[in-house]
Amino acid sequence: MTGRFPSQCRKIRPSFGRRLRNIEMSKFRHRSLHLLGVLLTGLLFTLLAACSKANPQSTFDTLGPVSRNQATILYVIAGVGTFVFILVFGILAYTVIRYRRRSPDDPDPPQIHGNDKLEVAWTIAPAIVLIAVAVPTLQGIFYAANPPTEARLTVEATGHQWWFEFKYPELGVVTANEMHIPEDEAVIVELRSVDVNHSFWVPKLAGKVDMIPNNENRLWLQADESGMYYGQCAEFCGESHAKMRFRVVVEPRAEFDAWVARQQAAAAVPGDPLAKEGHDLFMSNQARCFACHTIAGTQKARGTVGPNLTHFASRQHLAAGNLENTQENLRMWLEDPDAVKPGNLMSRDAAVYNGQGEPLTEPQISALVAFLRSLE
Amino acid sequence: MAQVTAASHGEHEATTTGLNHRKMLMWAFLGSDCMFFGSLIATYLVYKGKSKAGPFPEDVFSIPVTSVSTFVLLMSSMSMVLAYAALTRGNMKAFRIWLASTVIMGATFLAFQTFEFYEFANHEVVVECNDPDAADWTDLQAKVGSACGSFVAGEETEVTIGEYTVKVFEEDGHAVAETTAGLTPRTNLFGTTFFTLTGFHGAHVTLGVIWLLSLFFFSFRKGGVTPKRNLDVDLAALYWHFVDVVWIVIFTVVYLFGVFQGF
Amino acid sequence: MTTLSFPIIRRPMHPTGVWSWITTIDHKRIGILYGVTAFALFILGGIEALLIRTQLIGPDRDFVSAEVFNQLFTMHGTTMIFLAIMPLGAAFFNFVIPLQIGARDVAFPRLNAFSYWTFLAGAIILNASWFLGGAPNAGWFGYAPITGQAFNPGHGIDFWIIGLQVLGIASLAAAFNFIVTIINMRAPGMTWMRLPLFTWMTFITAILLVLAFPVITVALIELMFDRKFGTNFFFTPAGGNPVLWQHLFWVFGHPEVYILILPAMGIVSEVLPTFSKKPLFGYPTVVLAGALIGFMGWMVWSHHMFTVGLGPIANSVFTITTMAIAVPTGIKIFNWLGTIWKGSLDFRTPMLFALGFIVLFTIGGISGVMHSMASSDAQQQDTYFIIAHIHYVLFSGAIMAIMAGIYYWFPKFSGRMYDERMGKMHFVLMFIGQNLAFFPMHFYGLDGMPRRIYTYDADMGWTALNALSTSGAYLIAFSFFIFIFNMVKSWRKGEKAANDPWDGRTLEWSIPSPPPEHNFDEIPTVHDRDDWWARKRGGVKHGVPVSGGSGEGHAIHMPQPSFWPIVVSIGLLVGAFGLIYNVAVAGIGGGIAMVGIYAWAFEPVNEPDEKQPAHH
Repeated sequence: MTGRFPSQCRKIRPSFGRRLRNIEMSKFRHRSLHLLGVLLTGLLFTLLAACSKANPQSTFDTLGPVSRNQATILYVIAGVGTFVFILVFGILAYTVIRYRRRSPDDPDPPQIHGNDKLEVAWTIAPAIVLIAVAVPTLQGIFYAANPPTEARLTVEATGHQWWFEFKYPELGVVTANEMHIPEDEAVIVELRSVDVNHSFWVPKLAGKVDMIPNNENRLWLQADESGMYYGQCAEFCGESHAKMRFRVVVEPRAEFDAWVARQQAAAAVPGDPLAKEGHDLFMSNQARCFACHTIAGTQKARGTVGPNLTHFASRQHLAAGNLENTQENLRMWLEDPDAVKPGNLMSRDAAVYNGQGEPLTEPQISALVAFLRSLE
Repeated sequence: MAQVTAASHGEHEATTTGLNHRKMLMWAFLGSDCMFFGSLIATYLVYKGKSKAGPFPEDVFSIPVTSVSTFVLLMSSMSMVLAYAALTRGNMKAFRIWLASTVIMGATFLAFQTFEFYEFANHEVVVECNDPDAADWTDLQAKVGSACGSFVAGEETEVTIGEYTVKVFEEDGHAVAETTAGLTPRTNLFGTTFFTLTGFHGAHVTLGVIWLLSLFFFSFRKGGVTPKRNLDVDLAALYWHFVDVVWIVIFTVVYLFGVFQGF
Repeated sequence: MTTLSFPIIRRPMHPTGVWSWITTIDHKRIGILYGVTAFALFILGGIEALLIRTQLIGPDRDFVSAEVFNQLFTMHGTTMIFLAIMPLGAAFFNFVIPLQIGARDVAFPRLNAFSYWTFLAGAIILNASWFLGGAPNAGWFGYAPITGQAFNPGHGIDFWIIGLQVLGIASLAAAFNFIVTIINMRAPGMTWMRLPLFTWMTFITAILLVLAFPVITVALIELMFDRKFGTNFFFTPAGGNPVLWQHLFWVFGHPEVYILILPAMGIVSEVLPTFSKKPLFGYPTVVLAGALIGFMGWMVWSHHMFTVGLGPIANSVFTITTMAIAVPTGIKIFNWLGTIWKGSLDFRTPMLFALGFIVLFTIGGISGVMHSMASSDAQQQDTYFIIAHIHYVLFSGAIMAIMAGIYYWFPKFSGRMYDERMGKMHFVLMFIGQNLAFFPMHFYGLDGMPRRIYTYDADMGWTALNALSTSGAYLIAFSFFIFIFNMVKSWRKGEKAANDPWDGRTLEWSIPSPPPEHNFDEIPTVHDRDDWWARKRGGVKHGVPVSGGSGEGHAIHMPQPSFWPIVVSIGLLVGAFGLIYNVAVAGIGGGIAMVGIYAWAFEPVNEPDEKQPAHH
């Protein structure tokens, strides 16, 4: 994914490094301070190299108006902050070199107790600067609160330990861990949680908003370009918090509509015998998958505790964005879900995993894999 | 020797401000305790009216009863003032009488609270089916009253309405519906916040009663409490008044605001 | 006259060895106990940090499991804040404040001992969890509802709740004590505007403590009731609101941040003038700025909750109040620069740490302003950017200043000089180490790495910087080996320290190193801010100290050792375990504490029939 905007990250940092080096060349005499300066500059360049828009969750790679607004505010304050730091560090460095004690017999310096004018000045000056940066900040807060134009699409995102459920109430679509939205359209995401606090965050599109039980939150976002965007839960939510990820799939309106149409359909009926066997196992009282998962179009599978699997095979990832949705990964997941997402509800509560029932056999897993992969 | 003892009790030591160390400590503690009760009251207010199920304040509170216990607690503060005044005048007998009366009134308040807690936990709602004032019923009373339809003369019937089991029977020729709607800390948010807030206040009063009682017994020991060494009593009195003031706030915010909707 | 003692155990009149430490009520010894214990716990928290960093050195590592990782970061945060930085501050309060204000002890010496033992009890409770079924695992701010019984059935959270409650009692007792001590035990002439800056900042800190701790006490009580008795405070099916926890926690938590940093600012404000041979620039402004920070600290708590969904208006208000707090902070930094400007700067180790503090704390302050802005904070909240900020203010801020303080007062409390070369080595390595460890966090935070994740994928692009952070963490650890070696070696056989090795400015430098038990032979009369400096430089009327009460020839009545403080603390410890496991045991603990309290109340500060030696 290549961004349309030149990397701010690359633009700003080198000049910061250069300025620091200039100070260092002209002023630093002391050897250890010199060494320190070199190290700091080196560190900055390392950071430069690592700070790349290519990173899937980089907030520098702003691909939506909300994240762009937030990044702009960051650049403003980062600029002001860098200036303040250089000022403080510069004064300090100058003082340290200029006024170091040269011999133990140096006379006492003048006993200056203060200077009212100076103190008033460095009270008022920062206040003025802060007021100046407060203006875009407050505008940004209100900008992120409501979309500038009427949103055509509302998605209800619900946090579960540890996966995301996405409902499209107006379209009758329910899916998990992959949220599809149309390109260049403001989308409202309503945020809920069924258990603990989570946070919905797609760094390239918008800052995060928490999902808190008994609190109805929302955010809006909009994507400039089609593509696959990374998202992750940002509020600590328990053992597998690190594994609570999701994707946002942005596509042109027509493709989005087509996706919706496919998702609205009932689940495919398995034709392949192995898949059929998997289906029967899914609905059996041994595996009891149906108790927690919904497969639309079937009578039995109506569970809502786990992700809706109606069109499982259409998703590109499984296990909350942790694994690509391949045959091998699905097998790995079904063999030992706890190894992928420690502490997850399925390995804790399903009898086939928690040791209270008969575990799944290899052929049974193959059948389940075949069935799930048939759910286009 | 006497000097040393006096200094050791911190009454005549030279301090920067001239104020006694322990008294200052007490004020700092009370400031801290304000924040403690402030947080509990804030929690109560945040959850006021947010309970998902009854009983609600208007179902269980009896303002007349609590007014009496509030009055008793306020009077105990006055008694405390008189005790301290008697002590500084050197009238030990009056001091002991007033101190004892403070303790008794404090204990009375606690007895009221215990009764109230018990009463709330086993709260019974009784309505007369042909009550002319049915329009003024609380939601809970109305709920219980809705069982009246299944009244059968001369029989006792049981109806389940929501979470309550209502008995309908005849009493003195009237149809009556009755149920137990106990309020415990687990029942709803109101129960949770109410019992925690008033419970902690009750714990403060209990501590005060123990403290005053200790002083009372200690005053019989030679040199235990003397008109000159009155700081111990002074501090206990400060604490006691504080606890009273907190109760005034609780009584207003929890009881009065809970029952009278105008607030 | 009858003595009013309560003879259960004979009072230890002249204990020796270990007993003398257990029964001590000497503020200097208690200060040393606080310092050593807190430093040991700091090392423990540091080891936890190293384990965390080792796990994160690269992607997809399983050095520790997810569950253990969660326990590690919870305990790292809790330990560093409540068991390391706060008690290290308390160590300085104890040791330094009475010396700075010209007092012989604190106002309530036994209460002081009680604070220490109760702090130790809290530390034991929190860390016992490691061996009793797993440490707390919900993060140091324990957001509801994940701390509830439904999501956290083990005892870890109970240990966290009870441990923090006990620590709260210790902190409150200490805070009451220092408020009274500072108001009431200043030497004659020590007016508010002559009070040393460290004492001033401690005073503000103590007020914040007294007002902030009850709030978390209530929050923890509510959580405990939810877990123990099934109440509904944070039980969402009954309508409990998790946001209430966040409000209560941060109403405490933000003043708590200033509780951690104000003493550090106070230390820096002592060190800079001493090693510049100049008075603090703009003393009244610095005091006022400290007080303003303390006051405004109450109006900013929701900036920890910008992503909670409080709405744009609340977020705007808290953005503005938070930005405003940068003004007094800036004043402090500029006044420190004014202090060293045109001074005669002597780069001893404490000075290096103080200067390092200014530089790095400025970075922490700037990142603080960055996420005071609610809109851009939405991209920073709960990422490593926040971790960078908190470490720049609490490690590069508070800990650096505490190190400055340890080196600065080392001659005073040990009577010996530390090794200057090792001290400088410690500074250089720690300075480099922390920048390696924490500076990159800004960048991988903005590159989208959330905090509190036990693993990450290789394709996220965070690997190189995480490795850099981990190497920095190891370097910090190494620098502390040098520090420990230096401290141990110097304390045992360092060069004997003079009374006033730094040409100091405040009263503690006017007395021997280490100070005698009664501190001052004569309570000094203070004529000046930086009175000792003025006296040395021969100010007009500073020649002869005027007796301020009990002076030469009179017996100096120092309070005697006592068992009761530690008995009450043991009662609390037993009671705390009882609250977790068994109510009957809690009753026994409560009983022990009650006996201790009564015995304490009836025990005079001095036994009247015991003649004390006036001087040792």
